[in-house]
Amino acid sequence: MDMKVSKKKLGLKEKYQHMTRGLGWETTYQSMDEVFPYAKYEGIKIHDWDKWEDPFRLTMDSYWKYQAEKERKFYAIIDAHAQNNGHLSVTDARYINAVKLFLNGISPLEYMAHRGFAHAGRQFPGVGPRVACLMQSLDEIRHAQTQIHSLSNYNKYYNGFHEYRHMLERVWYLSVPRSFFDDAITAGPFEFMVAIGFSFEYVLTNLLFVPFVSGAAYNGDMGTMTFGFSAQSDEARHMTLGLEVIKFILEQDPDNLPIVQQWIDKWTWRGYRVLTLVGMMMDYMLPKRIMSWKEAWEVYFEENGGALFKDLARYGIRPPKWLDQIEKDKDHISHQAWAVFYNYAAACNFHTWIPTDDEMDWLSQKYPNSFDKYYRPRLEFWREEAKKGNRFYNKTLPMLCQTCQIPMLFTEPGDPTQICYREVDYKDNKYHFCSDGCKEIFEHEPEKYIQSWLPVHQIYQGNCFNEGVDPTAEGFDPLAAVLDYYHLNFGRDNLDFEGSEDQKNFDAWRGMATKNT
Amino acid sequence: MQIDLRTVSIKPLRQTFDHIARRIGPDKAATRYQEGTLDVQATHNFHYRPTWDPDHEIFDASRSAIRMADWYAFKDPRQFYYGAYTLARAKQQETAESNFDFVEGRGLADSLPDALKDTVLKLLLPLRHVAWGGNMNGAFITAYGYGTALTQPCLYHSMDQLGIAQYLTRVGLLLGDDPSVLDEAKKSWMEGEAWQGLRRYVEDSFVLKDPLELFVAQMVALDGLLYPLVYETIVDDVLASQGGTPIAMLTQFMTDWYSETRKWVDATVKTAAAESPENKALLEKWITHWRDRAASALMPVAQIALGAQTDALTSEVVSQFNARLAKAGVTL
Repeated sequence: MDMKVSKKKLGLKEKYQHMTRGLGWETTYQSMDEVFPYAKYEGIKIHDWDKWEDPFRLTMDSYWKYQAEKERKFYAIIDAHAQNNGHLSVTDARYINAVKLFLNGISPLEYMAHRGFAHAGRQFPGVGPRVACLMQSLDEIRHAQTQIHSLSNYNKYYNGFHEYRHMLERVWYLSVPRSFFDDAITAGPFEFMVAIGFSFEYVLTNLLFVPFVSGAAYNGDMGTMTFGFSAQSDEARHMTLGLEVIKFILEQDPDNLPIVQQWIDKWTWRGYRVLTLVGMMMDYMLPKRIMSWKEAWEVYFEENGGALFKDLARYGIRPPKWLDQIEKDKDHISHQAWAVFYNYAAACNFHTWIPTDDEMDWLSQKYPNSFDKYYRPRLEFWREEAKKGNRFYNKTLPMLCQTCQIPMLFTEPGDPTQICYREVDYKDNKYHFCSDGCKEIFEHEPEKYIQSWLPVHQIYQGNCFNEGVDPTAEGFDPLAAVLDYYHLNFGRDNLDFEGSEDQKNFDAWRGMATKNT
Repeated sequence: MQIDLRTVSIKPLRQTFDHIARRIGPDKAATRYQEGTLDVQATHNFHYRPTWDPDHEIFDASRSAIRMADWYAFKDPRQFYYGAYTLARAKQQETAESNFDFVEGRGLADSLPDALKDTVLKLLLPLRHVAWGGNMNGAFITAYGYGTALTQPCLYHSMDQLGIAQYLTRVGLLLGDDPSVLDEAKKSWMEGEAWQGLRRYVEDSFVLKDPLELFVAQMVALDGLLYPLVYETIVDDVLASQGGTPIAMLTQFMTDWYSETRKWVDATVKTAAAESPENKALLEKWITHWRDRAASALMPVAQIALGAQTDALTSEVVSQFNARLAKAGVTL
């Protein structure tokens, strides 16, 4: 009998190649252009998809095994957290408003990422990037669902969570994160990857994820912390994918450079604008602060991002535009944003408040160049007014930026006393912008941004009232009608934290849990 | 006796999110499947039209000719949200792993008759590419379908197909002398006469634009004939009786996967068909068309293992398919 020659053991890389690369083929019954119709219209030139380096090598069986293990742990912890009234362990009830901001503004984006990566994962003609994108699509539905499941317990006890899906499509400030993602998914698959895979997941993720998850850890919120930590290894995969995408595109053809550079400029700015909400959360909404927005920007963008762009310089990539403005703005944007939310607390689904004296001192210390000079006096004035029974609620509607959709609250770079306005005339209409960045993004693709569903314009056009509401009727109250349309419960979801149902319930429940009376 | 452990009990303000409560009724606790699925996809006030498809909104029910008053009428009987899905598959991959270990550890692959091994390689390995096609199509419906109740299980299906392609690859690497068997199988897929009907079918499915028609072409017709024919009939019955039981162990994942997944497919067809006579008529037209194409594309493939029995066994599979779809409310 012949001895069978034992088979050559395959290396990991080689084995993974067989598990994925060999699967695709050049179609002949239908042309490749028909099968992958969106691969060329953005102008990106790819000559050899096989040059793609798999950023991680994970076969489906290992994926299922590892992920199931993480899911088991995750659900065990959040079940225990719920059973044990874990929500009462947070530093104080104001913190829960940061969680509201997360569920309302961020979790729906995880779902959009899931759909967007399915789109990219269907459309790339290369097997390697397709598999990587689909795996990310699967991770993203995980993140959407673990967040919903985890925060569902907060919804049972606190206001402002109950209509997050309905509000996402209607409430004024939520059009900021939503339009960001709508913008990415309506772009071609390559731009989507640069927007989300690279700019968001790689460059800016530490500024989004770390503040919320560390914020949860610092403030005793086991529920939020758990989904954050459970997502960490997924995020690491997503970051390597984001970086690989950029390198791959740039290595394929020199003509790709200017297109990619424009996308990096655009998406860093778009992302930075969305992060205004995070900056505000870090400086004002966490009872136990992690670090200031300014410090976070310095560590995670200026230091880490600086190293990244140095590394990318060999491809001809330069750092994103408008960093000089961001550098000037970092002393201001969180304070300006909180002031606007304080103003519009009647139309908002989380509570706002005036920081305590200790907290104001912390802000002075973190923002020596700006807080005492520009922002403390205003907060103290509002506090005095509130004490006299004049808590200020702004009832007029703000002008919004056509691109980022944030109210015109930012000031001129270098002059924190002057609101920054830019405008463009396009096809018989005037469009308004908060900054040079947003203006330039508009000018590059005006036909896209004239479509923006701007909440304030929509209210004025009468599109934000429930069916059957008659705005011409005697005594018509437009704010009340808009809040109905939002499904916002007046007096429960909105207004100041001081005196809110959340505040009262939390105090009563914490008493039940810690005292015998 | 029961141990009466106590926790501090606080009466919640509400049981679940309002959009879930509107569907299941107030004061009812929602399941994780419900909270992770119902109305999760955006439906209103989109900001921009896709630059890649300006005729539609980002999510747009009119991408399909199937009309639903409520796209959340679709229910996955497995109630798969991500957690439930990965736990189910992790369990199956554990079984698959121990089956591969068993076959490898005992050298069972080497003990297979050469002719049988040859048949298996010729039949199963090109199916890697069919599964890859399934992965592409699941991704398409996930991206462009309407409503999370429909799109979510399609991504799971897509990733399952990738998993199946990878299990088939492992079968090839185990039975074949070296990885070149994969190249040979790809050559058959690209050029072999037996495979051209099936390759044409898969490539034609790649250019379908209606997510529900694609669902019919992939999940209903192709999966619905291929899995019973190849895994249940050929591998589990015919080859097993020729000493090929180890092969059945290596493809147990596929057999189990199909018997589970078809329940979701049936439920989806049933819901769409029950919605309106127009939907039913359209589904009947599509299913008949793709069933006939799939059956004739699979015949020469089945021939590799079945020879003279091909006609009889294939028609049996087709009539089982018809009976199955009749139960889902579709008359073929």
